[in-house]
Amino acid sequence: MMELLGVSTQALFGQVLIGFINGAFYAMLSLGLAVIFGLLNIVNFAHGAQYMLGAFVTWMLLNYLGINYWAALLLAPVIVGFFGVLMERFMLQRIYKLDHIYGLLLTFGVALLLEGAFRQQYGVSGMPYAIPSQLQGGQNLGFMFLPNYRAWVIVASIIVCFSTWFLIEKTRLGSYLRAATENPKLVQAFGVNVPLMITLTYAFGAALAALAGVMAAPIYQVSPVMGSNIIIVVFAVVVIGGMGSISGAIISGFGLGLIEGLTKVFYPEASSTVIFVVMAIVLLIKPAGLFGRAS
Amino acid sequence: MSENPAPVRLDVQGLQAYYGESHVLHGIDLKVHRGELVTLLGHNGAGKTSTLRAIMGLIQRSGSIRFDGDELVRMPPHRIARSGMGYVPEERGIFASLDVTENLLLPPPVKKGGMSIEEIHTLFPNLKERAHSQGTKLSGGEQQMLAMARILRTGADFLLLDEVTEGLAPVIIEQIGVAIRLLKERGFTILLVEQNFPFAATVADRHYVVESGRVIDMVPNADLSDPAVMSRLHSYLGI
Repeated sequence: MMELLGVSTQALFGQVLIGFINGAFYAMLSLGLAVIFGLLNIVNFAHGAQYMLGAFVTWMLLNYLGINYWAALLLAPVIVGFFGVLMERFMLQRIYKLDHIYGLLLTFGVALLLEGAFRQQYGVSGMPYAIPSQLQGGQNLGFMFLPNYRAWVIVASIIVCFSTWFLIEKTRLGSYLRAATENPKLVQAFGVNVPLMITLTYAFGAALAALAGVMAAPIYQVSPVMGSNIIIVVFAVVVIGGMGSISGAIISGFGLGLIEGLTKVFYPEASSTVIFVVMAIVLLIKPAGLFGRAS
Repeated sequence: MSENPAPVRLDVQGLQAYYGESHVLHGIDLKVHRGELVTLLGHNGAGKTSTLRAIMGLIQRSGSIRFDGDELVRMPPHRIARSGMGYVPEERGIFASLDVTENLLLPPPVKKGGMSIEEIHTLFPNLKERAHSQGTKLSGGEQQMLAMARILRTGADFLLLDEVTEGLAPVIIEQIGVAIRLLKERGFTILLVEQNFPFAATVADRHYVVESGRVIDMVPNADLSDPAVMSRLHSYLGI
């Protein structure tokens, strides 16, 4: 077997792949968080719960209604997005005038409620979700074995991230969003229905989290705690990329997934803390994050 | 003074406004007729900018604001804008995350008859050269032109202009003056907040004097040749 820096290439590429997969989820989740924070100024602690909801809705659609993965890919984000609409309209809208901390506490509370309710009903052991038949099996690339489903997740998440970036940075609708992030009152004074845009942006962020949840269902166990397990890392990713920066969220999502994967190969003891070490260093050198604009 | 025969487009009566706890307007009354250019004069903090913000619905207000017959006081800002009111804020409000073209195209059209990009570039040639610069990299004068230009595109035909000459070089002020006179010729109705009285006198039909959140006097521009009127203005404004 080939070796590189004293590590077998098989193990190295295996961890690089896992790093990419984790990075794909970090990127998709931090993207939604960045968009929500940019416009609403709310640190959406319910993001992990919305991701978990996406996975659970997928599991329920299959097990209760016989609706398959491909339909869930569309349905789960729509359902969770609608839940996001309700949350914004009936809860978040009431606290915009207050300090950021209230948004954080409220969404954290919602996350705990959701997690608790699902834990009560389904326990914490997690439930399996089968890989859709079209994506079973894998490719032998010579230097490693690439499961088809994982390849799909990487490709799909890159498409999702690129589309979101394009929508926000290159379209008319995106220019409303960017402008409203800077000065919502003035954008409204130009005739744009900013309150509606805020509702839809929150719903979009929640739907993005749910989409990540659907894709995660066949890889990780569908479990009530899957959201709280990942969300802290995702917050670190957002902070490293720069709060509110779209490209920053995407690049640091994939980058940190990769760094985490490589750390597992070369110094496994640090693999669960390396992201936070990077965060501390970035905050010391560039407090606004790698791609953030200092305000 | 003979009554203006043109219909009243904006009729503000007893307008009160607040920033949180602080009560800043104490009953503003003013009228603007179709095609008129009316200024609000007064000291810093008199309530001129607050009057425009209150008309736009950007601060908490009460009283009556009738615009082309519709009551605006309970309307959200985006619906006020869509009724044809174009707002150029004091701080200009150019977006840093948008380039000049994106800034120009940002406000959605609200009525037919807005200026085309070509017409805007003829009016403000600097904007054409800087089309791809970041909005806030423009000079103060260029930012002011951009702030006006983006409203002209939308078809809004009633303009609220706040301190459009503030901090600008005389040559730029002259250019803005040319643009404002052209807009008047084209039939725009304009309510202008202005500190620069000599400039206001070159473009306006009438002046309202605002003090402590109230309108304390109204002076037609034609009466400025009367020394008694000038000495009255002098006593209000220290000019």
